[in-house]
Amino acid sequence: MTLRTIKTALAATAILGCAFTGMTMADPVDEPMVIDGQNITIRAPAPEFLKGVLPEVLSGWLYRDEDTRKMELDDFDNPGIIYADRARDQWEVVDGTEGKACVSCHESPEAMKGLRAVTPRVDPDSGKLMNIEAYVNKCRTERMGAEAWGDKSDHMMDMLALISLQSRGEIINVAMDGAAAPFWEKGKEIYYTRYGLLELSCANCHEQNNGKYIRSDHLSQGQTNGFPVYRLKDTKITSAQGRFVGCVRDTRAETFKIGSDEFNALELYVATRGNGLAVEGVSVRH
Amino acid sequence: MKRQIVLGMIISAFSAGVAMAEVAPESVAYTDGAVAQSLTGTAGNPEEGRKAMVDRGLGNCVACHKAEMLKDQPFPGDVGPTLDGAGDRWTEEQLRGIVANAKMTFDGTVMPAFYKNSGYIRPGDGYTGKAAKEPIAPILSAQQVEDVVSYLMTFKE
Ligand code: HEC
Ligand code: HEC
Repeated sequence: MTLRTIKTALAATAILGCAFTGMTMADPVDEPMVIDGQNITIRAPAPEFLKGVLPEVLSGWLYRDEDTRKMELDDFDNPGIIYADRARDQWEVVDGTEGKACVSCHESPEAMKGLRAVTPRVDPDSGKLMNIEAYVNKCRTERMGAEAWGDKSDHMMDMLALISLQSRGEIINVAMDGAAAPFWEKGKEIYYTRYGLLELSCANCHEQNNGKYIRSDHLSQGQTNGFPVYRLKDTKITSAQGRFVGCVRDTRAETFKIGSDEFNALELYVATRGNGLAVEGVSVRH
Repeated sequence: MKRQIVLGMIISAFSAGVAMAEVAPESVAYTDGAVAQSLTGTAGNPEEGRKAMVDRGLGNCVACHKAEMLKDQPFPGDVGPTLDGAGDRWTEEQLRGIVANAKMTFDGTVMPAFYKNSGYIRPGDGYTGKAAKEPIAPILSAQQVEDVVSYLMTFKE
């Protein structure tokens, strides 16, 4: 995939993105998500710990307008797929002092199938909480002798897209017990803390008020099964933690950093709120 | 020339006097959520109140509230109830309390407190995501609260 193709695609979506802002959106729809003949579970009974809080869990896709939804249903229309294609090339690029590429250890991106559905998770060897970005940078620094990629760098976002896509349709099953329990508890506490001058928690918007509008935004449950997300508004891909930064900033708060202990724990906790939903791969939101 | 200088001094002394009469956020007295005393002693200006209610950097009330009086605003939210008839339902004192700190009227409400300057968790500097600079200014000034209240008093059915 050449850079030019990406730029053209981006320009097109930038224009569309603006058009969407002028449209009225409907309540969460009840529609199936079928991509390439594959049925993606975007509506499921709530996990046990959310019984009495949310009747069922719903993907943010169900809250978006029709045009945005449609874009995700066809990989030719989904601008996020371009990023994954770019990472496919990167898979073979040798980098670092060890003279290695991803392909030196992992035959193909397909070898990553399933990972997205169970991360973040506590690595049994190191006891560290790992998301996909952490695994990628561990390989780069420890196995390739290369520099870590930045949390929002193009390379990292591309790779996140490619690795997530390998698990498209797989049901999210992120562990919250055992070694994950302390991280989960910490993430939960953050989820219910009312930050900033507006004193709003994740729960205030996504648990208490999902389905309502906050200005022109239709509040979803704030699920992360769709991540990474191609945002029409930003004309680029965003990770789950990148989204958290935006949400916390909107409460007029000092945000946490991507990759901080706080956001790592929060990413784990929010992921478990979506256990039962399927990985979308690279989703499209406005 | 001399007369002008003297006049200027009188005016600034006067405005300093007004500023001192302002009730600081930490000194606002709530009774059952209501605030009896004006925060400034200067009557609110409804037009300014309207501006504060729609400006994203100020009250941004339309993020959560619809109202006939605000129907020219695109995409009002519906997290809060419609404000139609708010001036019938509530007294001026009650509205002052709701705007200054709605949590004193509605326990645990999602509605932000607009006249408060402490007790925050990770307060930010506007919408920058960076830490707030001390001392923290309340989201609305005392006079803006009075302005908003005077505008809300015109929300009659
Ligand atoms: C002031 C309201 C508000 C708060 C507080 C808030 N969010 Fe959001 N969030 C939004 C809006 C608006 C959107 C975009 C519409 C949507 O998907 O809900 C959004 C979107 C999201 C999404 C993307 C969902 C998707 O499918 O694309 C995630 C994930 C998310 N929020 C998580 C969080 C977390 C975690 C927190 C707390 C750290 C949080 N939000 C706090 C308003 C908020
Ligand atoms: C983040 C959402 C949010 C914002 C922003 C917000 N409010 Fe509210 N407001 C609410 C909610 C929710 C209620 C209902 C109280 C409750 O039960 O929690 C409410 C209640 C009220 C009431 C009483 C409603 C009635 O008539 O019974 C008034 C008046 C009011 N708000 C005015 C304002 C004004 C003025 C502003 C801006 C300066 C504002 N609100 C900003 C959410 C919000």
